[in-house]
Amino acid sequence: MNPRATLTALLAPAYLWLLLFGFVPLGIMLYFSFLSDVPLGNREVYFTWENYGRFFSRGFYSQLTLDSLLMGLYTTLGCLLLGYPLAYALAKSVSGRWQTALFLLVIVPFWSSSLVRLYAWIVVLGKGGIINYTLGLLGWTGATSILFTYPAIILGLVHAYLPYMVLTIYVALDRIDDRLLEAAASLGARPWRTFWRVILPLSLPGVLSGVILVFIPAIGSFVEPRLLGGPAGTLLGTVIEDQFVQVFNWPLGAALSFILLLIVIVIMLAASRLLFRTRTNPL
Amino acid sequence: MYRPFVTALTLTVVLVLTACTGMPIQPAAPATETTPTTLHVLNWQGYGSDEPWAIEQFEQLHNVEIVHDYFNSEDELLTKLRTSPGTYDVVLPNIAYIPPALADDLLQPIDVTQLAVWEQLPDSFQTLPEIQHGGAIYGVPWAWGATSLVYNTETFPDGLTSLNALWDPQYAGQVGFEDNYEDAVIFAALAAGIEPANQPPDLEAIRTKLTELAPNVRALWQSEDEFNRLFSSGEITLGVYWSGSTARARNQFDLPIAFVIPEEGAIGWTDAWAIPKDAPNVPLALAWIDFMSSPEFYVRWDSTAGAPVPANPQVLAQMAEDSFTRTVFGDPAVTEKLAFITNTPAATREAWVELWQEVKAEMK
Repeated sequence: MNPRATLTALLAPAYLWLLLFGFVPLGIMLYFSFLSDVPLGNREVYFTWENYGRFFSRGFYSQLTLDSLLMGLYTTLGCLLLGYPLAYALAKSVSGRWQTALFLLVIVPFWSSSLVRLYAWIVVLGKGGIINYTLGLLGWTGATSILFTYPAIILGLVHAYLPYMVLTIYVALDRIDDRLLEAAASLGARPWRTFWRVILPLSLPGVLSGVILVFIPAIGSFVEPRLLGGPAGTLLGTVIEDQFVQVFNWPLGAALSFILLLIVIVIMLAASRLLFRTRTNPL
Repeated sequence: MYRPFVTALTLTVVLVLTACTGMPIQPAAPATETTPTTLHVLNWQGYGSDEPWAIEQFEQLHNVEIVHDYFNSEDELLTKLRTSPGTYDVVLPNIAYIPPALADDLLQPIDVTQLAVWEQLPDSFQTLPEIQHGGAIYGVPWAWGATSLVYNTETFPDGLTSLNALWDPQYAGQVGFEDNYEDAVIFAALAAGIEPANQPPDLEAIRTKLTELAPNVRALWQSEDEFNRLFSSGEITLGVYWSGSTARARNQFDLPIAFVIPEEGAIGWTDAWAIPKDAPNVPLALAWIDFMSSPEFYVRWDSTAGAPVPANPQVLAQMAEDSFTRTVFGDPAVTEKLAFITNTPAATREAWVELWQEVKAEMK
């Protein structure tokens, strides 16, 4: 087989699949987002910018977008603060059977259904839940539960996306040659300085892929806000879901989705620029 | 190199051969008479039609397999009919949603002469304007009831009588409100005394009223299961709920819940069985409607689980005197306090949807 045929054989299945089930539906949704109504039965439909216009004419859509971006930011920050030390310990401090065991503890929640995990959080956080019950036993009965509040959403999202962050950072840290750290130490760098000048810059690509893997799905999430957020759970993701499932306004739902997609692309472009600058221009 | 290659080749040939000879053994395409007939029912979950004993009874009676699918809002029901034509045999829309379904050509006329129950329905149900179109009938009224104020009888031993209790600052963070734009708008209109409550003219007043509700809302619910979970875990102690679901919550789950029609009124609704345009099995769908409307099914449903008010008066007559339905809806004055859900024009509906989304977004 010539190399070209081999390459085609390797790539074709995946890209054909992506084209059929990824890009074609996306294209159809883009088409819908410019329609005045869902083209069904004997409805009169025409092309319009109205769905996109609506986003800008009503203040609450941009407010919700901001809320959703903030939610993604908090989730990413939470995952980063919890995930980086964990990944560091896994890559540099433990090995052998302990490493396998600790890895399993990070990944096992990943194997269970996300719905089961969310219901477990409801049991833990609720008014009569495990936390409040334990606090009550300790004599603190006036505690309010955080279930159905904004922090509960972030908690659920951090739990859901932490493995992505840990795994990508772990891979980047694991690749750092231990001799580099020894060299830094032999040149007189204290551990803290070694971390700032050697480890952190070298692990940045892993951090960035972790951030992207967490941030993007988190801003569009709607299941966690709906189940854990209570009255605080209205975000752009849930409004989009409502447009599709509850009120059958696919054109508006599609338009809102594409606006979100555009914002994500812009943010990612800016982020990759920033990364390139830090790479060519080390501290 | 040579030996393993030959072995692999032989193995492949053997495998292919066995696969080929194995093929005729597989059963031929099932013949029509051996195909188990199925009846696809689209309904709210836990709303009578999925009672296991009822399914078993009907399946044995008609040698059929019943497949259920569920919806969480009337709009979702319409969405499912639009996106899956030819799937469902029988569905249960609120009668207010029959006209929009007809506008999209989603239902077929029902030959009511084939139905035993039709003759038993009173005139007031047979002549409902929503179920008629061009001289044909598109829905068979099955049950009606109310969405109204409920409370925990242990938290409120003296009971509640006003819808505005939901707005009372004393009960901040205890209310379970329905995540449904239509009911949200009508409840706000009822509580604020805006008339007609089912088509309120002043949406700004509705917005103000709903915004004032925010501090009291603990959670928003969409399904019977969700409400029961919130109520039984003590997350909510008062709220709004469906009448039939309240009966089931009391009978089946022993929840300390009371349902009242408050002085301001409540929301009324009527549900009717309908047959989708391309239903694969119309004769069975008709048999299903008769079965669902029969005293044999309905009275047992009410006594074992809990049911809303039956449209069929013969069923009502056989229900126990102390049943939830007869105690709550026994007084004819109750009907006058209900604001029945009507067919709201699309543009108004859209304004309601956006209003409710905005109010929810501000609840944070």
